[in-house]
Amino acid sequence: MVPLSWYLIFAAALFSIGLFGVLSRRNAVAILLGIELMLNSVNINLAAFWRYGDVLQMTGQVFAIIVFAVAAAEVAVGLALVISVYRRRNTVVADEINMMKW
Amino acid sequence: MTGEQIIFILTALFTLGSGFMVVTSRNLIHAALWLVSALFGVAVTYALLSAAFLAVVQVVVYIGAIAILFIFAVMLTRKDMRDQGPQMNSNWWFGALLSVLVFVGLFFLLQGWSGMSRTASAIPAGFDAISELGDALISPDAYVLPFEVASVLLVAALIGAVYVAAFNRK
Repeated sequence: MVPLSWYLIFAAALFSIGLFGVLSRRNAVAILLGIELMLNSVNINLAAFWRYGDVLQMTGQVFAIIVFAVAAAEVAVGLALVISVYRRRNTVVADEINMMKW
Repeated sequence: MTGEQIIFILTALFTLGSGFMVVTSRNLIHAALWLVSALFGVAVTYALLSAAFLAVVQVVVYIGAIAILFIFAVMLTRKDMRDQGPQMNSNWWFGALLSVLVFVGLFFLLQGWSGMSRTASAIPAGFDAISELGDALISPDAYVLPFEVASVLLVAALIGAVYVAAFNRK
């Protein structure tokens, strides 16, 4: 049987990889890819705590499904913003999207 | 080592390797395809946790919709940074240091927690997780309100996405 710690350490490693992607990629689409990895690692934690806690309480899975919905909303809005910026400024590099920088 | 542990380790290594390729590959189409394989590894993890509904939703929603949306976005914005130029910003070493620190910090934080070596209790006989989940999502005593709020959020976000991305010539 796999102990709970393996799932938590796996999720922590996936979260750190996603964090690295968010902090160091230049392309705005690649930053969103990193955010997806981070959301998935959180979902692994939620599912693992459901399984290793009280199985009769569905809270962990319900939370995971709401995270799915929020992730879908976030990707739709994020990619729409990237495409809109690309149309107006012809760039997707996060450093060059500085219209609101004072 | 039991078979389940071997499957878990293989899945975790596959997922972490794919995730590493997502954040490091130069070609964004390749990064998006590596994301598909990382998401598939997470779906296998859900199946190992006997969360069957989450595994199916992961394949259908994440791989079928979100990853494909990413591939579309990459293809629509591909012209300006194909493979030339650095893909990392100048502070990438700071991001690497910070993410290693976050991992080490989480690792030691988890080591100090008493519930770490907990093993899963057996699922009671006759317990149907999927129908319990469906009940929990629509029962007024449980989570019907967050469920409806999530639906409204999704509709609002998709209408907003259509409005933001639509080509309106001023």
